[in-house]
Amino acid sequence: MDTQAAHQQKRTQVTISEHIVEIVSDSGEGAQTAGQLFGTICAKMGNGVWTVEIIPAEIQPPARSRAGASGNRIRIGTDPITNAGDCADLVIAFNEQVLYSRIEQGALGPGTRILLDNKWSWDPVESIREAYQEAREDFASMGYSIYEVPIESECFKVVADPKKGKNIWVLGLLCSIYQRDLDLVKKELAKKFKRKGQEAIDRNLELLQAGYDWAESEMDVVFDLPTRSDDRPKLVMNGNQAIALGCMAAGIEVCSMYPITPATSVSHALASMFHKVGGFVHQAEDEIAAIGFAVGASYAGKTALTVTSGPGLALKTEFIGLAVMAEVPLVIIDVQRGGPSTGLPTKVEQSDLLAAYFASPGDAPKIIMAPSTIEECYHFVPLARKLAELFRGPVFVLTDANLATGVQPFLRPELSEDTLSPPIDQNRWNPEIKPYEWDQATGLSPRPVPGQRDGMYTLTGLAHDERSRVAYDSSINQRATERRSSKLKTLRATLKPPQVFGDESGDLLVVGWGSTRGAIEEAVTKLQGEGHSVSALHLRFLSPLEPGLNEIFSRFKHVMTIEINYSDDGHVSDRRFAQLAWLLRNETLIDVDCWSRVQGYPLPPSALVEALREKLGAYSEGAVS
Amino acid sequence: MMKTDWMFEPDSRHFVLEDYEAALARWCPGCGDHAVLNAVQKLCRDEQLPPEQTVMVSGIGCSSRFPHYMKTYGFHGLHGRALPVACGVRSRRPELNIFVSTGDGDCCSIGTAHWIHALRYNMNMVVMMFDNRVYGLTKNQTSPTSPKGESSNTHPQGAFLSPLNPISVCLSITNASFVAQTVDWNPVHLYETIRAGFEHQGLAFIRIFQRCPHFTDHAFKEFKDEPEKVLLMTHERGIPVNDTVKRVFTNSMQHDPADIDQAHKLARRDDVLPIGLFLRNDQSERYDEYTKRGVNMSNGEKLSALNRELDRFAI
Ligand SMILES: Cc1ncc(C[n+]2csc(CCOP(=O)(O)OP(=O)(O)O)c2C)c(N)n1
Repeated sequence: MDTQAAHQQKRTQVTISEHIVEIVSDSGEGAQTAGQLFGTICAKMGNGVWTVEIIPAEIQPPARSRAGASGNRIRIGTDPITNAGDCADLVIAFNEQVLYSRIEQGALGPGTRILLDNKWSWDPVESIREAYQEAREDFASMGYSIYEVPIESECFKVVADPKKGKNIWVLGLLCSIYQRDLDLVKKELAKKFKRKGQEAIDRNLELLQAGYDWAESEMDVVFDLPTRSDDRPKLVMNGNQAIALGCMAAGIEVCSMYPITPATSVSHALASMFHKVGGFVHQAEDEIAAIGFAVGASYAGKTALTVTSGPGLALKTEFIGLAVMAEVPLVIIDVQRGGPSTGLPTKVEQSDLLAAYFASPGDAPKIIMAPSTIEECYHFVPLARKLAELFRGPVFVLTDANLATGVQPFLRPELSEDTLSPPIDQNRWNPEIKPYEWDQATGLSPRPVPGQRDGMYTLTGLAHDERSRVAYDSSINQRATERRSSKLKTLRATLKPPQVFGDESGDLLVVGWGSTRGAIEEAVTKLQGEGHSVSALHLRFLSPLEPGLNEIFSRFKHVMTIEINYSDDGHVSDRRFAQLAWLLRNETLIDVDCWSRVQGYPLPPSALVEALREKLGAYSEGAVS
Repeated sequence: MMKTDWMFEPDSRHFVLEDYEAALARWCPGCGDHAVLNAVQKLCRDEQLPPEQTVMVSGIGCSSRFPHYMKTYGFHGLHGRALPVACGVRSRRPELNIFVSTGDGDCCSIGTAHWIHALRYNMNMVVMMFDNRVYGLTKNQTSPTSPKGESSNTHPQGAFLSPLNPISVCLSITNASFVAQTVDWNPVHLYETIRAGFEHQGLAFIRIFQRCPHFTDHAFKEFKDEPEKVLLMTHERGIPVNDTVKRVFTNSMQHDPADIDQAHKLARRDDVLPIGLFLRNDQSERYDEYTKRGVNMSNGEKLSALNRELDRFAI
């Protein structure tokens, strides 16, 4: 105790306002678990948190391979954290190859502290020893300083097989460096390993303590990360868990899906608890059946949603058209991944916006929303259900792989019974009212549900009149299409213009949607600090677009979007624009510029700062108008 | 309470055929679809099914126009996709009566995946597969059930391949619970088959040989003209047959619908056209027993369960 206390005094204490920590290992070594636990602990201690999973490209990648890097990036701060940030401050790597992978990804910078397991220096296989030695020299020549840590040999003192357990030892080490509340950590560990039994809990507690003690006596630095006290109740979870809980809060009874990354974990989370609120997950034979089943349940007066990702969305389009044409309420959650085709299954992209917008041939207007935080992932589901029923049609919620696995704390939502009941009504229908009694102005109409006496009608995907009779007269189709279209105008009239982040006018307005919001606002704040006249605007509704855009845009000399989908760089005549830019140009007739990348990872704020600086430079040189 | 003739019951409802009749059917004169429509309307009347408690689901095709001609709830959806919709309707509405109309193209071509899985789900509904051995609505293209050599607009020199056998497919699906075959030109057998399907608890699959006077008038002519080429399968657990049916179809045999091996053999016979019940298994599991769980949970119960789930994520 005394020596430890003495050492404690020798450790330099550095006060920080935020830090980025990464734990990387071969897949299966538990770096993800350790990272998630560390993030949860930080959130519980009142810090701002944003985590990103580092996911290997394959399920069983070879050991010690760059493609196999698996783990977690945890950005923690005194204040709320809104994105994954730039270079890591501290990286713990279980081998040198996974470290290479992070360097290639640009996750490390000159100031990054690297802790590397030194077990490879005495590995029985010569080629491994050599590779390790070479890498160390390589890293040194790149300017990185590596602290070798005897992770494995220290774990050996506690367990026979450190492969399962290193992660928790490392968690202990982190808890010492960041002065985490050990009692809280132990509680979390016990919760995490509850199902594996007391023996597993005890072993892990021992590993935790060992890592902690080692760091207490050997590490020369501790970080002090102050918290802001805020006693309001909060939750911490990832975006897909938030959607799952949002489904339950929305009173959804049926989640009909076919497995597809990165959407599947919504149904995993739901399946583990849905029955407790009387709901069920239907794993259909394919995505077409999944949406068909949801449409059938909804037609029958129940609340249903379907959840998918790009390739699944492609298959669902015919039913989406039917839901528009026959006005069936339906929530469609699309957790976007890289595309087209199988694309980048585990990676982030925002390239389904236009696919959703145009999903289905013919004129198929529909509502599209995109949450930008984990909290919004939760709240947008009840909102989507409400809109689907009120506007009698499909409502898209577009999230992405970044939100799906990102963990962030948020205020515990208020629950209400009002949103829990299905819309089903079994009272006698007034036969004077037609099944599509479209309101002239709003396009809205009440909906009869099977079981309602005198409400009988045959829903059809054919063009139809107010009575749902097949339209053989061309004027009916013109009128019905107009009514369906007018519903978007009706919704738009109820929306408020979006809030500008920063000055209300200036040189440049940066518009974004979805998960990029945090990074865009961080970059814009940085540039504002440098004296640039830049503001940001974030859109939650993409269809209909929020009102007042022309007016807002007109107060800026230049308007551009930042997105994670493809666009040509530069202002060339045959340029292809990013997807939101495409919509905005069409909507506003303003020459909206864009900058976008499809590299599969969340856009780091520093890359945005650089891109925006370049844009500002080009604008001031008058390169573009 | 016992009902007597003279009791005054202001709320009692008695349904007659007209209560199920909607728009005048626009099928060609002589089309077998009319016969099926009549049989279903009669069944609804005989069973006194409240029209608002009855849902007709279909895909796309001539036969899928069916719901428009019934004054019940209807869902005329997408080509090949009637079954997922019907399963979705059933999932949370155990009390509704559900009938599905689907064509041989709708069911056995574009909807094949759903057909197979719906049989396995075995949710309570009657599925009527109108087999006219041709694509009617789109005007005479080859169907998976068209005989080899049959000429159509897509195969004017004749279909290259032998047809798919829908009954053999059905019999091979784990958990199938009711597989029957009938013909549109014998209204009694048609009616009794649909009725048995309706009474069956689970998915009743009925293949109806359906005449298409426009494109395949010849298809079933031999069976109509020579009824002895039809093999009437009878059994006490099968489709009830009365004397008029027996008088028409003299070629008959006992088939126990529990005898799956014999059912397979009968399904493969091409010297005769077997009608009746191939398979019946009342023990088959029903997916709707699971999907309906929790439909009656109160909001209060849901709310406290939801609160407990949120607690798991509380900081
Ligand atoms: C996705 C799709 N593909 C093709 C069609 C065109 N189509 C409509 S009905 C049909 C086939 C109808 O044949 P069948 O199912 O045997 O029914 P029938 O008209 O003979 O009763 C086709 C190909 C369609 N409506 N939708």
